Amino acid sequence: MATIELRQVEKKFGELHAVKPLDLTIQDGEFVVLLGPSGCGKTTTLRMISGLEAVSGGTIWLNGRNVTWLHPSERDIAFVFQFYALYPHLTARKNIAFPLQAQGESRETVEKRVDEVAKLLRIEHLLNARPNQLSGGDQQRVALARALVRRPEAFLMDEPLGALDADFREAMRSEIKRLHVLQHATTVYVTHDQIEAMAMGDRIVVMSEAEIQQIGTPVEVYYDPANLFVARFIGSPGMNLINGKYSDGVVQMAGLDNRYTVPQEWQSGLKNNLDSETEMVIGFRPESAQINDRGNLIGKVYASEMQGSSAVLHLTINENDIIHIRTDRLIPYPIDALVHFDIDPRMVRFFNSKTGAAIKPEVTQ
Amino acid sequence: MAQFEETGPRTPVVEPTRVDKVHPRAKMGKSIRVIITLIVTFIMIIPVLVMIMTAFKSRADIVTPPPKVFFNPTLEGFLYLFTDRSVLSPSNLESERANAGDLSYWQKLALSVGQKINGPSDYVGRLKNSVIIAGTSTILSVVLGLFTAYAFSRFKIVGKDDLLFFILSTRMLPGVVVTIPLFLLYKQLGWNDTYIGMIILYTVFNLSFSVWLLMGFLDEIPVEYEEAALVDGYTRMQAFFKIVLPQAVTGIAATTVFCLIFAWNEYAFALMLTSEKARTAPPSIATMLGSGGLEWSAIAAGSLGFLIPVAIVTFVLRDYLLRGVTFGAVRK
Repeated sequence: MATIELRQVEKKFGELHAVKPLDLTIQDGEFVVLLGPSGCGKTTTLRMISGLEAVSGGTIWLNGRNVTWLHPSERDIAFVFQFYALYPHLTARKNIAFPLQAQGESRETVEKRVDEVAKLLRIEHLLNARPNQLSGGDQQRVALARALVRRPEAFLMDEPLGALDADFREAMRSEIKRLHVLQHATTVYVTHDQIEAMAMGDRIVVMSEAEIQQIGTPVEVYYDPANLFVARFIGSPGMNLINGKYSDGVVQMAGLDNRYTVPQEWQSGLKNNLDSETEMVIGFRPESAQINDRGNLIGKVYASEMQGSSAVLHLTINENDIIHIRTDRLIPYPIDALVHFDIDPRMVRFFNSKTGAAIKPEVTQ
Repeated sequence: MAQFEETGPRTPVVEPTRVDKVHPRAKMGKSIRVIITLIVTFIMIIPVLVMIMTAFKSRADIVTPPPKVFFNPTLEGFLYLFTDRSVLSPSNLESERANAGDLSYWQKLALSVGQKINGPSDYVGRLKNSVIIAGTSTILSVVLGLFTAYAFSRFKIVGKDDLLFFILSTRMLPGVVVTIPLFLLYKQLGWNDTYIGMIILYTVFNLSFSVWLLMGFLDEIPVEYEEAALVDGYTRMQAFFKIVLPQAVTGIAATTVFCLIFAWNEYAFALMLTSEKARTAPPSIATMLGSGGLEWSAIAAGSLGFLIPVAIVTFVLRDYLLRGVTFGAVRK
């Protein structure tokens, strides 16, 4: 297995940047997820690592070897496609054997390795079937087997679960995660599904508009988003973001007369970051607000949604902003009722409304 | 006003289908349509049936009015078609008949109409020419077309649309228009009445068609398969042969049939540009009308023999052909 290093890698289609110059180092055995909305450049990045897309600039290093201009077949990486790309005219067995035959392995070795990997993925009984006779999940297992069989340096997966049904997707998610741990396989995984990214990634690379927005563990990107985009994109629903004005330790939110007293550790950071500005954005996760009759903040019920283990309350704070609060109280609220709530002071975050960047707390001596 | 009465079909509907397909009235309409289709099909097949019957009729049966539907089949027509014969004088006929015992079936047949076989006719050679010219040109146009279509389908080519239009434009004028210039050109090149001349001509004519048809098929094969093969450790060429080619079989088969039918049936160019060595079957069937009276059974037999190879190829490839014609019409 291997480390993958991207140094100032970029891709241009004409004048348009599909991927702006980015640096990324993926450690040996790490599971890195490229996450972002469609058109953010995550698939292009993956394809550049595989060699299916030539870079416009920068270099790609695999295990310390510069592979930027190597043919895809010389890079020793495996690629799993969204629509599996199983060769329709070959049986599952022949599909899995295909990459081994390219290496000129003997017939016995090929047989042995195919059987091994088929056992690992529990598809021994499907080996003689053609791809079109298999279910989506089984097709994906065969595609994974084809990737695994060669024991490549790294796995690249382009939305491998995107074409599966929801329940199958969850089963395969854990299967891929387990395989990754068992095989200790360096994996780069592309998805637009933030839940999938959180569930699978050791680290998540959040991308938008051809740029990396944040690189971090799932916990980091969830609790400490680097900017407004990440805050909105991660989580379902995303982070609540309300425009407000800051002065002297108090945020005055737009709309209903909501005033929030900023925790001590944030005050100097806010003061320094905002300089003379007062406009800023306050953010908090739906589950870090508690409904409390004596709460300092107030919102008007827009809708309430039952979601099984919890309920989500949609509150209007002002004309433009609807916030979401996760609550375990499964009693429906009447529309337009006023609800008081508090924000967990450890879970509140602040953003510069001009740059969108998160403001960091400064420890006051 | 409801289109159907309120009663539905008498038996429960147990297959997936639409209401208007199983309603009694719809079923009646369907039977009427089937009957009409059968009648039209029969009318259209009559010339072929007449041709087949004529091929097996004797000279007397052919000219009998009204035409006989039931008759004693004979291979006379094929005798006339495949052999060169001379008419025997009554005295020679007698002596030939006397030792007819050890003659072959065909010689006996010739004897029965008062003739003697001298050797095979020109037609055998011309059928052979047809096979060589049509076969080679079909293979060439499909192979060249496949590579060209692959390039157009997969690579960025400067002026791609213009080039494709240019290729297609070779089919926009009727072939007859270019026969005179071609004739003069071929005369200069010394290609008149040669295999190479005819093979190149038919290949060029079919190539535009083959490129367009095959490109449609190749466009339908997702690039991911080749990309998968590339990361699996294969070169582009290997990916083409191992992955693209097997999936393009349908298209290749359909293209082959269409190219073969054109090259096999082509008449005008063959008439103008060939005389002896490279003359193909279609013009020679037509010229039978002129030499030695109207041997209708020979003409019919010639047409039948000419039809059979294409019919066999089409029949063998019929599944591919059907899929080929409707390919791309419905997105999977």
